[in-house]
Amino acid sequence: MTTSTEHRDLFPGALEIMILQSLRLKPMHGYALVKHIKQVSDDLLRVEEGSLYPALQRMLKEGWLEAETGVSTKGRPTRIYRLTDAGLRHLECEVSSFERMFAGFTRVLAAANA
Amino acid sequence: MLGFSGFFSRKRRYDDISVSIQEHIDERVDELMEEGMPREQAEQAARREFGNVTLIKQHSREAWQWLTLESLWADLKHVFRRLGRSPGFAITVVLTLAIGIGANTAVFSVLNSVLLRPLPYPDSQQLVSLHLNAPGAPGLAEFRSELRLSASMYLTFARHNRVFQSVGVWGPGTASITGIAKPEQVDTAQISGGVLETLNVPALQGQWLTAADQDSHSLGRVMLSYGYWQRRFGGDPGVVGRTIIVNSQSRVIAGVMPRGFKIVNYDFDLLVPEGFDPTNERLAGFAYRGIARMRPGVALSQANADMARMLNVWMNSWTNGPGSDPKWYLRWEISPALQPLKETVVGSVTTVLWAVMATIGVVMLIACTNVANLMLVRADGRQQELAIRSALGAGRWRIARELLAESLALGLLGGAAGVAVAFAGLRLLRGIGPGQLPRLSEISVDAWSIAFTLALSVLCGLFLGAIPALRYLPSRQRHNVLGATRSASTSRERQRGRDLLVVAQVSMALVLLIGAVLMIRTFMAMRDVDPGFSDGRSLQVMRIDIPETLVRGSMTALQMQNSIIEKLAAIPGVSSVGFAASVPMSGNEPSWDEILVEGKTFEGDNPPMRLYNYVSPGYFHTAGTRFVAGRDFTWTEIYGVRPIGIVSEGLARELWGSPQAAIGKRFHEFQDQPWFEVVGVVQDVRENGVDQVSPATVYWPPLMTDGSAPDKLGAWRDLYFAIRSDRAGTQSFTNEMQQAVWSVNGSLPVANVQTMQDIYSDSMARTSFTLVMLAIAGSMAFALGILGIYGVISYAVSQRTREIGIRMALGAKKSELSWMFVRSALVLTGVGTAVGLGAAAGLMRLMSSLLFGVSSLDPVTFTAVPVALVAAAALASYLPARRAAGVDPVQALRAE
Repeated sequence: MTTSTEHRDLFPGALEIMILQSLRLKPMHGYALVKHIKQVSDDLLRVEEGSLYPALQRMLKEGWLEAETGVSTKGRPTRIYRLTDAGLRHLECEVSSFERMFAGFTRVLAAANA
Repeated sequence: MLGFSGFFSRKRRYDDISVSIQEHIDERVDELMEEGMPREQAEQAARREFGNVTLIKQHSREAWQWLTLESLWADLKHVFRRLGRSPGFAITVVLTLAIGIGANTAVFSVLNSVLLRPLPYPDSQQLVSLHLNAPGAPGLAEFRSELRLSASMYLTFARHNRVFQSVGVWGPGTASITGIAKPEQVDTAQISGGVLETLNVPALQGQWLTAADQDSHSLGRVMLSYGYWQRRFGGDPGVVGRTIIVNSQSRVIAGVMPRGFKIVNYDFDLLVPEGFDPTNERLAGFAYRGIARMRPGVALSQANADMARMLNVWMNSWTNGPGSDPKWYLRWEISPALQPLKETVVGSVTTVLWAVMATIGVVMLIACTNVANLMLVRADGRQQELAIRSALGAGRWRIARELLAESLALGLLGGAAGVAVAFAGLRLLRGIGPGQLPRLSEISVDAWSIAFTLALSVLCGLFLGAIPALRYLPSRQRHNVLGATRSASTSRERQRGRDLLVVAQVSMALVLLIGAVLMIRTFMAMRDVDPGFSDGRSLQVMRIDIPETLVRGSMTALQMQNSIIEKLAAIPGVSSVGFAASVPMSGNEPSWDEILVEGKTFEGDNPPMRLYNYVSPGYFHTAGTRFVAGRDFTWTEIYGVRPIGIVSEGLARELWGSPQAAIGKRFHEFQDQPWFEVVGVVQDVRENGVDQVSPATVYWPPLMTDGSAPDKLGAWRDLYFAIRSDRAGTQSFTNEMQQAVWSVNGSLPVANVQTMQDIYSDSMARTSFTLVMLAIAGSMAFALGILGIYGVISYAVSQRTREIGIRMALGAKKSELSWMFVRSALVLTGVGTAVGLGAAAGLMRLMSSLLFGVSSLDPVTFTAVPVALVAAAALASYLPARRAAGVDPVQALRAE
């Protein structure tokens, strides 16, 4: 899956959420997605290509994304991925479930420190 | 599975992935070059960063694949490559399976077409045949399994029933057709109203016969069968409305029935309406077969109850003439036993077909066992490879899947080739199948047969793959990568699997062989029975009917028959000629009734039914039926209408104690008839086949005073002529016979030209068919079983060469070593034989209805077959065992 710079495995589903959230801003092609996530995470997270492309295909199959023919920033033919309504609903659902999980996680950590 | 469109949309997805990934790398290269890296280096770096492009593409594609199927396909490709490397093995297995599966498919197709598929009439499950039992009519059961229907019964049932949509009666007959080409005798079905309505198959041309055609006072129209229409009229659609001469009377053709249409299982040429007089029929005249279509929702039991009610109505509504007692038939205890029409059509062939199916199934099992053995040996050879792969981390399922893929591929290949075998087999089966096999024309390979083949192939594949798979999966913990060939214990364990297969084979082969031998003994027992005639090969038979419309007077008809005899006798090579109303085993039954015997009363004043036949002087001599006592009729007596008769030996013994005592005794059919004097007693004749009892038979003269009108003469007009000649059965002889008949009257057609041997073989057809099938299956099973033993022992010898070498080096004698292997084979055979004997004892009981003159537990068979099998097994194991004795200890030990 995705690894942090310290090679820590992310929890399952994290990659999907990051992709969906990124595409919510605007449709992107694969390379742009990698760069975007790298940038907004201040280089803390790096998406591995080996995980990205299979994940994109899985999400296309789920109907969360659509792929359309387009050109990259450099003008080369590529495929642009766009969030669908179903993808948006899935993202919101997942984000709220993550937030709950994080809240619980943080509280447990806080209690342990106290 | 993905369809065609799925395949294309997937192709687009795959392109998308490639384009995306290519662009990704290119963009990274651009970026790196912008950072100042030279192109070549940048390209390398970008690729390295990206990772394994092919693998990532593969993983991305997997989102769109039905995973197992596609990798199974990959497995299959692998399998074919591997099979291609050992073509001998592949061909052996595929051929074995093809024969096994093909034979099974062929027999299943027959079974399916004959037994399982509905009859070719609309809503055929509503059709029943009106079977009547009459247990109170003694003697009837000797020649008839049922009481047929009389015209008055039909009229009663048609008028009073509450359960049928329609009901009709019919009977087979013959008619001569003149005026088209040569006079020709055709098979007719005499049908009452309701028969066509019941079967409900529309006419192909023209229309059905109508109620107007069924009027007893006028001459109705007729209908043609498809076959006769094609044969005689070339399929001319203008035939409807034309006139043909049937039995010297002009009749209009109303229509043509479609191809394949039969009345129950009777294949007719011409449908002739049988008109009944709704007021003047009698109770008696039990000659017709009844069929009916039940109303929807009516159960067989309800229909039976309604029939029972109507039988009372029948007795109350009709008589046998003034002075007769209509309640008389109460003694017969007539009761309805309606049968689904399919049962009537299929009849006794059910047991035969299931027996053949079971037999072929067992052969298939044996063949599978042999193949399984081959697969085991092959898997043994791969054990090291599999162990290495398993050590390198291949999952159990991965390995099992590959073994299964191989066996499945073999199974399916075998199945595909099996379909071809099945088509050939069906052709063969049609050739050797019993002539009277019902629905023979309907036999075909349909979707069910194909589904059966597919299921069988897959099952075979799974079975064959499961054996090595199960064998090698638990061996994972052993990891015996290198030491496999040396380990004596594992080889023994593997040997045990093959031993088990051999035991199974031997026992199955034994069952089949016992079945085959029992059939052979049945056949021999039947051949030993004196059928009541001699040397059928030189006994020519033909049928001639002189219709009343052609020759009116009975005396004239008899004179014509007499001159036919004289003309036939004049043909060169003919030694004697005679005629009878019916010849043995022809399935034709002229008449039957009770006889009253002078000075004798019967229990309950209810004399048994006797079979009637009408014979000319010289008939018995011609047929080779021996006189036990007394003498034949003479022509003078016949023309003088002398009241004399001949009886069968069984009847003479029953009535008068001995054949000699019967001579001079008197009997008659009706009270007001003169007494008929017994002048001769002939040996019993197996009228219904050698495996059936000889019915008590009365032979009347062919010309008698009519029972109903004493001043009128009656002659039997539909006759079989029997001609004794060495030239019987040849075409030239048949032509001369036809010429002889025509020289008497040019309008007389000759029909059913056969030798008595043909008729005899036909009646044995069921037995000989079963015999042939079982013999083929039994010998296949025997060969496969012996081959199995040979294979196991020679494999054991080759595996244990080293051990043998050591034993020899330590001083074991050669003969002891050979005996060691033979003994192990005999143990296997012994166990297999014991199991097989038990199974055979149980299974042969199911076959007992097919046996004759031999018990289903016949001690001779049950001793001889095992002995022969053990002897063959000993021989089969001795050959490889001798090789063991020939092992050179130095060579054997050096080889390691």
